[in-house]
Amino acid sequence: MNFANIKYIFRKELKSFFNSPVAYIVIVVYLVILGWFFTSNLFLNNMSTLRTVFEMTPFLLLFFGPAMTMRLISEEKKTGTLELLFTKPVKEYEIITGKFLAAWALYFFTLLPTLCYYITVTIIGTLDTGAVIGGYLGLMLVGAVFLAISVFGSSITENQIVAFIVSLFIVFALFMLDKVLFYLPSSLGNILEYISIDYHFSNIARGVIDSRDIIYYASAVGFSLFMATVVLQKRRWA
Amino acid sequence: MSILVRNLTKSYGYAKAVDDISFEVHSGEILGFLGPNGAGKTTTMRIITCYLSPNRGTVQVEGRDVHTESLEVRKLVGYLPEQNPLYLDMNVLEYLEYTAQLQAVAGPMIPRRMKEMVEVCGLAEMKHKDIGQLSKGYRQRVGLAAAMIHDPKVLILDEPTSGLDPNQIVEIRSLIQNLGKQKTVILSTHILPEVQATCNRVIIINRGKIVADGPIQELQRSMHGGMKILLEVETPENQGAELISIQIKSIPSIEVVSVLNERHEIKKFAIETSNAADIRKDLFQLCVQKGWNLLELHMEQTSLEDIFRQLTQDVKK
Repeated sequence: MNFANIKYIFRKELKSFFNSPVAYIVIVVYLVILGWFFTSNLFLNNMSTLRTVFEMTPFLLLFFGPAMTMRLISEEKKTGTLELLFTKPVKEYEIITGKFLAAWALYFFTLLPTLCYYITVTIIGTLDTGAVIGGYLGLMLVGAVFLAISVFGSSITENQIVAFIVSLFIVFALFMLDKVLFYLPSSLGNILEYISIDYHFSNIARGVIDSRDIIYYASAVGFSLFMATVVLQKRRWA
Repeated sequence: MSILVRNLTKSYGYAKAVDDISFEVHSGEILGFLGPNGAGKTTTMRIITCYLSPNRGTVQVEGRDVHTESLEVRKLVGYLPEQNPLYLDMNVLEYLEYTAQLQAVAGPMIPRRMKEMVEVCGLAEMKHKDIGQLSKGYRQRVGLAAAMIHDPKVLILDEPTSGLDPNQIVEIRSLIQNLGKQKTVILSTHILPEVQATCNRVIIINRGKIVADGPIQELQRSMHGGMKILLEVETPENQGAELISIQIKSIPSIEVVSVLNERHEIKKFAIETSNAADIRKDLFQLCVQKGWNLLELHMEQTSLEDIFRQLTQDVKK
């Protein structure tokens, strides 16, 4: 694995996020929506907790994840610049990894300003810092899965809208899985519960870091990126 | 041997884009890759640059196989794809730097290579502009600069002059010719004068097969030896062009005489012969004999256009 190549691609993609309106739109819209939900309930509930942040973010990310990543690969397919990348001494998985990390970094910068809430709440009340750290860790992991899936969605088409819709569909299905468990036989339920993103997130959000959850997230990210790599490699044999 | 292609076959579904072709390119050669649209030029180039994998056959660049030593090959090759795709939101220097990094140019060398390429390709005034703002000619130069940034031994250019104005075409051609002194260059085109102007060898490819391969002069010689002669004469008005062409036909070995135009006394003919015999002397004698005023007598060599048309249309029939 050539880390230098991943670094170059990561830097280029992150730069182009911030050179275009994408980064600013994502960050501003996310903060406005989250801010509204957070502040409107804060004094009503009268509890010093960041639960709104941790509950709302995965839900918002259902849309923001695919929106942030939809152009990452499909755009390069459309303009033909992918051909430039493929004819340089760079491997497909280095391209995918670099791009994924750039999207993940943008997501990190999107979450960063929500630390204001943490500061605000610790000033006016007492906050369980452990749970907050766990919550943020969980958010980063959920984000990684959503974004990796969206990178895959972007790799299968040269149309950004198609990429967005496919990614949204997969991510939404995984997110909703544990909400429909109720209707399913329990034997199937256990498997689906394990696949569901939300089930693992609720553990981490409570501040419980279980290796099973970490393995789940890591393998979901790994599998999605692997599939995206396979899609890119397939073109050689088309 | 710089590039070696052996029994290369590539099909898309049932359609064979490239069908069992073999050729070699020596270093220092500028090879023109000619063919009608869809003949398999781009496919062949994409295989040499490791973008596509062949179904059958071997391709080696500087002795390295495109399949087993793909990364090594990609370091040796500079490639300008058809349509010249570029990142329009980057400025010229950023783009060159990014390309240099991915081409594994050693870090300390990068600024020097960038400076050199900006100079060679005449990009000094544009280097801080976004590529999206540049005209087509400048974009083409950026593409070329990026293809050469790692000083590759082999340059593969897919229609490098498409969409350029005549001045730019001349510039790019002389640039390619200079490069060809130290590098191996393959360039594809369907503009024939371009090949004549820049290449020292041509491969004509049609429907996935090589139909001609050799230096341009050799191809011209090997084509079946007919000559084309232009004749312009001034004759008394009462002798029509038809009458004169019958008289011209009396010379043996003339096959076709066609009237190009006729304005009062001045008539112009195109004469085609069946063999390589030079009949200009006979024509001159004929004019003297008949008392015609000879205005023009000009022999045309079979042009690359003719060769190209013959080779690529015969197959279709």
